[in-house]
Amino acid sequence: MKINNETVAYLEKLARIELTDEERVECCSDLQDIVSHMDILSELDTQDAEPLSQSFSAKNVMREDEVKPSLDRDTALKNAPRVKDGFFSVPKTVE
Amino acid sequence: MNYEVVVGLEVHVELATKTKIFCSCTTEFGGEPNTQVCEVCLGMPGTLPVLNRAVVDFAVRTGLALNCEVACCNKFDRKNYFYPDLPKAYQISQLYLPICHDGFIEIGKSETCKKIRIKEIHMEEDAGKLIHDADEINTLVDYNRCGVPLLEIVSQPDMRSAEEAVEYIEKLRVILQYIGVSDCKMQEGSLRADINLSVRPVGSFELGVRTEMKNMNSFKAIARAIKAESERQIALLEKGEKVIQETRRWDDSEGQSYAMRSKEEAQDYKYFPEPDIPPVVISQEQIDATRAAIPELPDKKIERYTQLGLTDHDAEIIAGSVYLAKLFECTYEVCGNAKEAANWILVDLLKLLHDSAKQPEDMDFNFDSLGKIILMVEKGKINRGTAKKVFEKVFEENINPAEYVEDNNLGLVTDTDTIYATVETVVKDNEKSVNEYKSGKTQALQYLIGQSMKALRGQAPAQTVTEILKDLLN
Ligand SMILES: [Zn+2]
Repeated sequence: MKINNETVAYLEKLARIELTDEERVECCSDLQDIVSHMDILSELDTQDAEPLSQSFSAKNVMREDEVKPSLDRDTALKNAPRVKDGFFSVPKTVE
Repeated sequence: MNYEVVVGLEVHVELATKTKIFCSCTTEFGGEPNTQVCEVCLGMPGTLPVLNRAVVDFAVRTGLALNCEVACCNKFDRKNYFYPDLPKAYQISQLYLPICHDGFIEIGKSETCKKIRIKEIHMEEDAGKLIHDADEINTLVDYNRCGVPLLEIVSQPDMRSAEEAVEYIEKLRVILQYIGVSDCKMQEGSLRADINLSVRPVGSFELGVRTEMKNMNSFKAIARAIKAESERQIALLEKGEKVIQETRRWDDSEGQSYAMRSKEEAQDYKYFPEPDIPPVVISQEQIDATRAAIPELPDKKIERYTQLGLTDHDAEIIAGSVYLAKLFECTYEVCGNAKEAANWILVDLLKLLHDSAKQPEDMDFNFDSLGKIILMVEKGKINRGTAKKVFEKVFEENINPAEYVEDNNLGLVTDTDTIYATVETVVKDNEKSVNEYKSGKTQALQYLIGQSMKALRGQAPAQTVTEILKDLLN
């Protein structure tokens, strides 16, 4: 797979970040290296291999439906850049 | 040309578990903003979600009640998107292996019943609530709802009208309430539907281009939206234009849908298997045990109620509400008279609910009270007029019927000696009327009956009073 400027622009959009032109060039070559490495893997025949979604053999890890105390609100809001009336406050998402 | 409307519904149901799907925060509705949140549901780095066992149990129960196959091996997938209603920037959902698939719900009367197929049911987490209009510059976020367990129940495009869609969702709602997995309060957002709709010429088997309307939260809005959207699509096709595949926002107050700002490219959720939740394996034993514990569902109830002597119509109304059905069954158990129980519920109770603008779910009284009142009438302890008043008090204040009758002296006077003595006094005190009666003025008798009933607080059988009075006068 070939990484080009369009791929980087698309990823910027999805990640909601804006790169400088310099960073774009750097990002393009970094990503190309990563993807090329993956291309080596895809040379393997995985026809009969089950896709792996977990690296542990654990299964059925569940908890009982019992309420435990939540955080107190001041603690919950502590990392928020902006707070108003007990709410997290973020840039407006609709016009 | 004649067109056919093709509707499929994706229904999101908030489960009635005590805690959220991946953390132990309470799911209670209506808490102060951001007081039911923790490190996990706020998506803080370094936290790990742990699946709530009850969510899996509820999902299996729902699947079985909706005639689905249950997948023995379950995995979760990560749906990535960047929007402040999900602080992790992804939603843990199920894409590749939904917990249940290939079920159906039957709608319509038994003779003309129609199967609406259910494609799949998957487990996922709800998002937080965004408030856009409280602040001029910013959007405010409350994460109390974030992480509340949801089932998404996806139908096949089997509905052909607004009426069928509403019938499907009503039936789904009542089944979910009977099996106790959700309270399905639409006004609290615990049941919401996305409508997928297309139209095609009658007789065509190909599906038209569909649009989607999200987050509908009332039956009326769903019906109106389907009617309006199908008319819009038909008008486009008639003009030779094309329907564009898009998500539209339904404005119920204006009765119109609007195209949401079309996105440059399709949503790219970059789904991948969720690494934080190990697979969930459901055994056949668990499925069998859950199936055995599923309570009687509405169709079976209607059948049983008609066998108890109710008309189809009455049985359908009562079985159509989990709360009315519960009251009916409890009343029948106490008084043993199914028809009387149904009568009281369909006439007196529905009127009380209507007059107080309440829903059956708002009923807040001991459910054995109605049966006790019916028994008191049957045993001649109170008359029906008094019974109505007592039931009103039960409905409003949850009083104890027997105590209330006793304390307020509302019981029927059944003791003949007491009635005799009372009527005798009335005759003595009303010499003038007695003489009028004896001289042939028959209306004087009515007056004397009235006076006697008054003295007996209206709580004696009028027939007995009349008979005693005639005896004394002649
Ligand atoms: Zn939490």
